[in-house]
Amino acid sequence: MSGAGKGDLKTVLGRRYRFAASHRLHSDRLSAKENQRVYGKCSNPYGHGHNYVVEVQVSGEVDPATGMIANLADLDGYVAREVLEAFDHRNLSEEVAAFREVVATTENLCIEIYSRLKLFPAAHLERVRIEETGKNSFEYAGEESQRSRL
Amino acid sequence: MVTITRKIEFAASHRYNNPALSAEENRRIFGKCNNPHGHGHNYILEVTVAGEPDPMTGMVLDLKELKELLEKEVMQRMDHRHLNHEVPELAGKIPTCENIAQVIWELLEPKITRGRLHRIRLHESADLFADCYRNGASGA
Repeated sequence: MSGAGKGDLKTVLGRRYRFAASHRLHSDRLSAKENQRVYGKCSNPYGHGHNYVVEVQVSGEVDPATGMIANLADLDGYVAREVLEAFDHRNLSEEVAAFREVVATTENLCIEIYSRLKLFPAAHLERVRIEETGKNSFEYAGEESQRSRL
Repeated sequence: MVTITRKIEFAASHRYNNPALSAEENRRIFGKCNNPHGHGHNYILEVTVAGEPDPMTGMVLDLKELKELLEKEVMQRMDHRHLNHEVPELAGKIPTCENIAQVIWELLEPKITRGRLHRIRLHESADLFADCYRNGASGA
């Protein structure tokens, strides 16, 4: 499939999921004034929420018998169990253990979701991209691939 | 390097069925996509070409040429077609998003002579897409 001097053709499957959750951007290591300066209205003590879109990208060989990198039913089930059931209609800052010490920014949410999905058995996790709103998106592809891309 | 992306939309029907498997296995693996009468989607294809802008024209390639290429290779082949029965390049393959994207890549890559094909993204629906690109090119 690859021509001279060209890399192999890579195929990636992308699937988008949605969940709604609240969070509060606040660090115990900063003073009230510093929290206000750094996080602004996102530090409101009562929190606020978003409709998050999580785009999960997986790669692998396309199975000739099914035409698929991974069966969507398997991927959907895995993401539902590992991510959506734990995060949907929750307060991320209060109810997700990973965000007790770490601020629940969407950068950190990308890393947390990546770590929850990286053991998906049927395909290789390429990256996690999260749209926090229609205007902000964040992406994490793991440390190894970050290094190899430089 | 600069990339330019052109988007087209086509509507097509398909069915997932592997004749080497039993009817029961086909239903288990493919679910409602195995419905004997097929179903369809509005596919959106994004084609990204990378290259250096020509100093004379300021263009990586003429978008009109890309538009005509996509019309000939993709629209005429796939728009308002049944992908299982009417697209010879997909014969013997399950017409999943992954396989259709690979077929489109193989059709387009040798025909793009100004710049080079960098990535294609084929959306089957708002929540499902497949990308094809050469290893080493960024999929982001």
